[in-house]
Amino acid sequence: MVDTNTKYLGLTLRNPLVVSPSPLSQSLDNIRHMEDAGAGAVVLHSLFEEQLTYDSHALNANLCQGEETFAEALTYFPHMSEFKMGPEGYLEHLRQAKEAVDIPIIGSLNGVSSGGWLEYARRIEEAGADALELNVYYIPTSVDMTGEYVRDLHVNIVRDVKANVKIPVAVKISPFFSALAYVARLLSQAGADGLVIFNRFYQPDFDLENLEVKPNLRLSSSGTLRLRLRWAAILYGRITSDIAITGGVHTPEDVIKCMMAGAKVAMTTSALLKHGIDHLSVLRDGVVRWMEEHEYDSIEMMQGSMSQKSVAEPAAFERANYINILTSYTAEM
Amino acid sequence: MSRPMITIDGNEAVARIAYLTNDVAAIYPITPSSGMGEWADQWASEGKKNIWGAVPVVVEMQSEAGAAGAVHGALQTGALTTTFTASQGLMLMLPNMYKIAGELTSCVIHVSARTLASQALSIFGDHSDVMAARSTGFALLSSSSVQESGDFALIAQAASLESRIPFIHFFDGFRTSHEVNKTEELTEEDVRAMIDDEFVRAHRARAMSPDHPVVRGTAQNPDVYFQCREAVNPFYNACPGIVQKAMDKLGALVGRHYHLFDYVGAPDADRVMVIMGSGAEAAHEVVEFLANQREKVGVVKVRLFRPFSSTDFVRALPKTVQKIAVLDRTKEPGSAGEPLYLDVMASVAQGLASGIAPFTTMPRIVGGRYGLSSKEFTPGMIKGVLDELKKDNPKNGFTVGIVDDVTHTSLEYDPNFSTEDPGTVRAIFYGLGADGTVGANKNSIKIIGEDTPNYAQGYFVYDSKKSGSMTVSHLRFGPRPIKSIYLITKANFVACHQFTFVDRYNVLQCAEPGATFLLNSPYGPEEVWDHLPRTIQREIIDKKLKFYVIDAVKVAREAGMGGRINTVMQTCFFAISGILPREEAIEAIKQSIKKTYGRRGESIVQKNWAAVDMSLDHLHQVQVPDKVSSAFDFRPPVPEEAPDFVKEVTARIIAGEGDNLPVSAFPVDGTFPTATTRWEKRNIGLEVPIWDPDVCIQCGKCALVCPHAVIRAKIYDPKTLENAPDTFRSAEPKWREFKDLRFTLQISPEDCTGCGLCVQACPAKNKREVRLKAINMEPILKVREQECANWRFFESIPEFDRLKVNTSTVKDVQLLQPLFEFSGCCAGCGETPYVKLVSQLFGDRAYVANATGCSSIYGGNLPTTPWAVNGEGRGPTWSNSLFEDNAEFGFGMRVSIDKQNEYAKLLLRQLENTVGTQLVEEILQADQSDEAGIKAQRERVALLKQKLQGSETPEARELLSVADMLVRKSVWIMGGDGWAYDIGYGGLDHVIASDRDINILVLDTEVYSNTGGQCSKATPRAAVAKFAAAGKPVGKKDLALMAMTYGTAYVAKVAMGANDVHTVRAFREAEAYKGPSLLIAYSHCIAHGYNLTMGLEQQKAAVQSGHWPLFRYNPDLCKEGKNPFQLDSKAPTLPLEKYIYNETRYKMLALSSPETAKKLLQQAEADVLQRWRLYEYLAAMPKWSQEEAAEKIETATTNQ
Repeated sequence: MVDTNTKYLGLTLRNPLVVSPSPLSQSLDNIRHMEDAGAGAVVLHSLFEEQLTYDSHALNANLCQGEETFAEALTYFPHMSEFKMGPEGYLEHLRQAKEAVDIPIIGSLNGVSSGGWLEYARRIEEAGADALELNVYYIPTSVDMTGEYVRDLHVNIVRDVKANVKIPVAVKISPFFSALAYVARLLSQAGADGLVIFNRFYQPDFDLENLEVKPNLRLSSSGTLRLRLRWAAILYGRITSDIAITGGVHTPEDVIKCMMAGAKVAMTTSALLKHGIDHLSVLRDGVVRWMEEHEYDSIEMMQGSMSQKSVAEPAAFERANYINILTSYTAEM
Repeated sequence: MSRPMITIDGNEAVARIAYLTNDVAAIYPITPSSGMGEWADQWASEGKKNIWGAVPVVVEMQSEAGAAGAVHGALQTGALTTTFTASQGLMLMLPNMYKIAGELTSCVIHVSARTLASQALSIFGDHSDVMAARSTGFALLSSSSVQESGDFALIAQAASLESRIPFIHFFDGFRTSHEVNKTEELTEEDVRAMIDDEFVRAHRARAMSPDHPVVRGTAQNPDVYFQCREAVNPFYNACPGIVQKAMDKLGALVGRHYHLFDYVGAPDADRVMVIMGSGAEAAHEVVEFLANQREKVGVVKVRLFRPFSSTDFVRALPKTVQKIAVLDRTKEPGSAGEPLYLDVMASVAQGLASGIAPFTTMPRIVGGRYGLSSKEFTPGMIKGVLDELKKDNPKNGFTVGIVDDVTHTSLEYDPNFSTEDPGTVRAIFYGLGADGTVGANKNSIKIIGEDTPNYAQGYFVYDSKKSGSMTVSHLRFGPRPIKSIYLITKANFVACHQFTFVDRYNVLQCAEPGATFLLNSPYGPEEVWDHLPRTIQREIIDKKLKFYVIDAVKVAREAGMGGRINTVMQTCFFAISGILPREEAIEAIKQSIKKTYGRRGESIVQKNWAAVDMSLDHLHQVQVPDKVSSAFDFRPPVPEEAPDFVKEVTARIIAGEGDNLPVSAFPVDGTFPTATTRWEKRNIGLEVPIWDPDVCIQCGKCALVCPHAVIRAKIYDPKTLENAPDTFRSAEPKWREFKDLRFTLQISPEDCTGCGLCVQACPAKNKREVRLKAINMEPILKVREQECANWRFFESIPEFDRLKVNTSTVKDVQLLQPLFEFSGCCAGCGETPYVKLVSQLFGDRAYVANATGCSSIYGGNLPTTPWAVNGEGRGPTWSNSLFEDNAEFGFGMRVSIDKQNEYAKLLLRQLENTVGTQLVEEILQADQSDEAGIKAQRERVALLKQKLQGSETPEARELLSVADMLVRKSVWIMGGDGWAYDIGYGGLDHVIASDRDINILVLDTEVYSNTGGQCSKATPRAAVAKFAAAGKPVGKKDLALMAMTYGTAYVAKVAMGANDVHTVRAFREAEAYKGPSLLIAYSHCIAHGYNLTMGLEQQKAAVQSGHWPLFRYNPDLCKEGKNPFQLDSKAPTLPLEKYIYNETRYKMLALSSPETAKKLLQQAEADVLQRWRLYEYLAAMPKWSQEEAAEKIETATTNQ
């Protein structure tokens, strides 16, 4: 019997399979299903402060439209004594999710304002989340914005939120930093209990018939995993934060690779969207089988075993690797 | 006991009492009473209880007639029942009111008195409606102010219960119903104390019950009816005493003492005015003012008009009275005097005869009319009436407030006479509907009324247009109660919230010397002066005004408020006026913002608070120069080339001088010229579309969807361009047959509202920069001059020959001149593109019967009307009868036209020898099924007229008078869903069941749009509307399916945004069909709650989701053995929620009651699927072969 337990953010998970944020977790039934299918933990879909603000402004603008303009129609809608405009819906869902399952439920937050990050983080904690994942979903499009500014933005969010909540806090970042390892260290020093690598952004596509930009998110594939493996392997042992890999986890082997690179958990969504929530059991059973076949006693045993520190050729994770790949690719042609 | 002071309007004050003292309210929305029903509905939805601890039931019916029936039924079975109505609504209740009164049933109907439609509709206030109800047997109790409206609502309820006489409690529409005033609240304990439960139980005991059955409502015969009718007399005799008792009881409770007739003024007055309603408050103020100056004047304020207690009336008069002027706010043409006058005359005569009068000689009594349709009733007018009484021979049957230069009824008066309390702050605010000015002012009144010891009053004047409309707020604040029930004419504070107004209106006309002027200006304190017209500069200098400017738009934008400058301007008002200490005022504004917007989200509150905090830094006082320096003044309201009537009458109404026009200026019967909107250049669009000929594919979609008909297309001779302005654009026509000509798409910048629907509709994209289309929005200031010149040139180009146009294509329809243009509809309206399409396709021979509603307002509200004429002077002829009778009204038109056509044909045969057989035959046999046929027939009729000109025979003269009826006419019956689905459905159904050639266009917005979003039977399940605040629990009525069951009507459901080709096809088929046709047109609407620029996309979504399937049912196809039902849209592909949650009417339920929303969404999804299944089934009905069809039809005909 192999030991699949892992420790992530101070929580003991029955296995390293964590469902990453997606619309799937908007349904309680799905969350129950995830637990039944073998998830070690679930990170809920994100609470988007921007969305809350947008909804609020849209409602206000639409209710104000045409108001007090024409004598016969001073308003167009009945008076409502209450709108659930704040994060209440999300928090209630979180509470219900906690009641519905035994596995840890991790809240996810995407803030905009500094007040929003702190306020909503506190409320997610109050609602009973086992941990919080800060989803810093940020594309610095301004030509005036420096790398330092973006870096500090991330670091400050982590530091401020950590100072305001007691539950463990992970931060999910994109790979687009000029000195990623340095940023990771700063985030770790700022108190991040976990570093989730990496966010995948919606990428615009062009509709050539209608000459329109169509933002879309393609599901990841195992190929997506490579970038994550590299950085997990590089960062493992160099920062105190737990590392979580998200993006490209589709097969049991992918999970194993994540662990060996140094991740504490492997997060997956695309595979579930593609194959259904039951795919979790395929992953879990596959990992166990692989461990049994390869005589690994525990997950802990393999974590970091192929990190940069632990491999014979640390340079394999560095620039030479690029050249090698190109060479081998050409050779195969 | 001290009671809370609350700042509310008359509708709310009345609704509070009605709600507390009734079990049931059966209502139907009508301006200006709708607010009462809406309050009641809101409280019921919040679970608020009446004084017996129960939540009243508020039900919306299909009409006021329906509401009255429901009230009658509820009363007969024991529930305390009320309703709220006005004007035509009250008229529809009359039959039931006779019954309710005849049966001695306790009940109060609260009426915000409104003008009855006669030569024109008016939504404003007078007593013509309640006066038409005075013979119903209902008691009539009149309140004069917001405070009294609540007090009298309660007195009426108490007195009705005790007397068994049903009451109309009335108060002036708008002036009292919509005036916001600081009043003392009647507490629930007060209400409880006034209502005696013994009478409530007695009411219940009289109710029908199978446990102690009775019959009521028998039919009686000549032997007994009369006696039975007289049996009620004791109750009417007792009623005035009971009312006085209730007044006394209330007086003892709250300290406000009322009488059936209240006298105010000098105890030894010799001149007395008699009046009721809000005018009595103004008269009270004036009489007190004059009496203080030792003038011997007084006023009798009439409270209980029916039953009229002659004894109490004459006793209310001072014994010194010598002359009496009775003022009626109604007109009864042809009578010896208006109703109150006649009652006063009779009562004084009876009082003298019986010896109960306090005087011994008959006073001179004259009657007059004032204030029809909320015409102002000012201190000057009141003094004018009292001055008239000084004359030996005062005028009888006078009018005051107008200049009657025809029958010379009007009295002279001094418009500058003022009795305003100098201790009162008087402020006027000019705003734009969309900028939130009125809302902010309502909040300011509440702040001052409820946070300070000051009294406060607010009254708001709105425009008759639904887009770009001006609002004027009149606010008074002061240490004493405010009885000035008239607009402010001497303001010590004037704020103009839109800079464009100073170019057009003298906003400072009402500023008194030394007043403060606050202007929202894009120009700072140093530069603003040079941008003011001469008149405004002159006013500022002459009146020594303190002048402040703020760039509120900039502040609002920086605070993230867009165009909502209300908070900024409100902050400046408080800061400058000093009504409250500055810090206190800012805190109060912030609290008020929190209260108003808090439930919509914290970020909204924060944004508004930011605007408050930023405002004062941008407020600057202007150092006023001592000389007028501008070279320009106001723009003329209409151009010089406008017709005389437009220049002499319309222009003055546009300029806000309509009050000064004399009677002789107007038509005697409400008949006005069409095509007048073209002269009113409103310039309300901040951005307007500009055409790019290089990108344009000339598809015509932009012109088709333009709600305001500002986008036009013409094809013309290239030589025309010789005189074109340099910036005039043209392109080679994308029609193979017109390649040698030129094509231009031109917009009229000064008529455009900037809604942007055209840009949304445009399918062409600029290949170099794909954000650009073939039509793009540009700031008006950048392009106005050049585009105005281009528009003028474009207008000079002849219209394209209709005979060369293929009217079945959208592309060609753009070449047809719209005969409905520049209406006052909302920017981006979803209705008017359909109306315009009718005008383009059939307008030159169209009769339009228009149900009351949005379309009758934007179609027929003065000063200007959009129905237009073509170059030959032909165009739609339009009329509005009522709300409920429109189908019948249009049906009557058709019957009349058919009859005259038949008569003309008969005469034609009789005059065959004179006219010539060939022409007669050609006329009688003419094929008028297309444009060419109609044109040929017009030419024949012209020839016929020529031939008849010389003949003096009666037949020839008769034929000349009806000859035009030989040309095919197109009758269009138009209206909204409130009319078609609800109030007018009975008539609509009857007309659809007829065999007449009529066309019915239902502009379906799925809600009562014109009266502010009340639920109709067209409202879909899950949508929120007034009277369906918890989401409509039942599905939308399938009017089309119902109409199809006759099998003889053409029926189509269209949505222009989803399929414009289908729309055009359906309109043409409907018109061609020789029987009744029903077109149900999806019309996006401001009441749906989203940016209407996206209206066309939303129409697409409505169709794709299956909510609005497109189809046509053409009975003519049966004759060809085809299935008459053609389903023209595809099976639903879009989840319903993707469609509905784009709209606030659905979304707000999801945000307020997510569980209910979820349940209703599921049911609505089921509705869609079930309806689709049925339609698919209908569309798949097996066809007959032509032989089979012929055989079956023949068999059926034989059997008949």
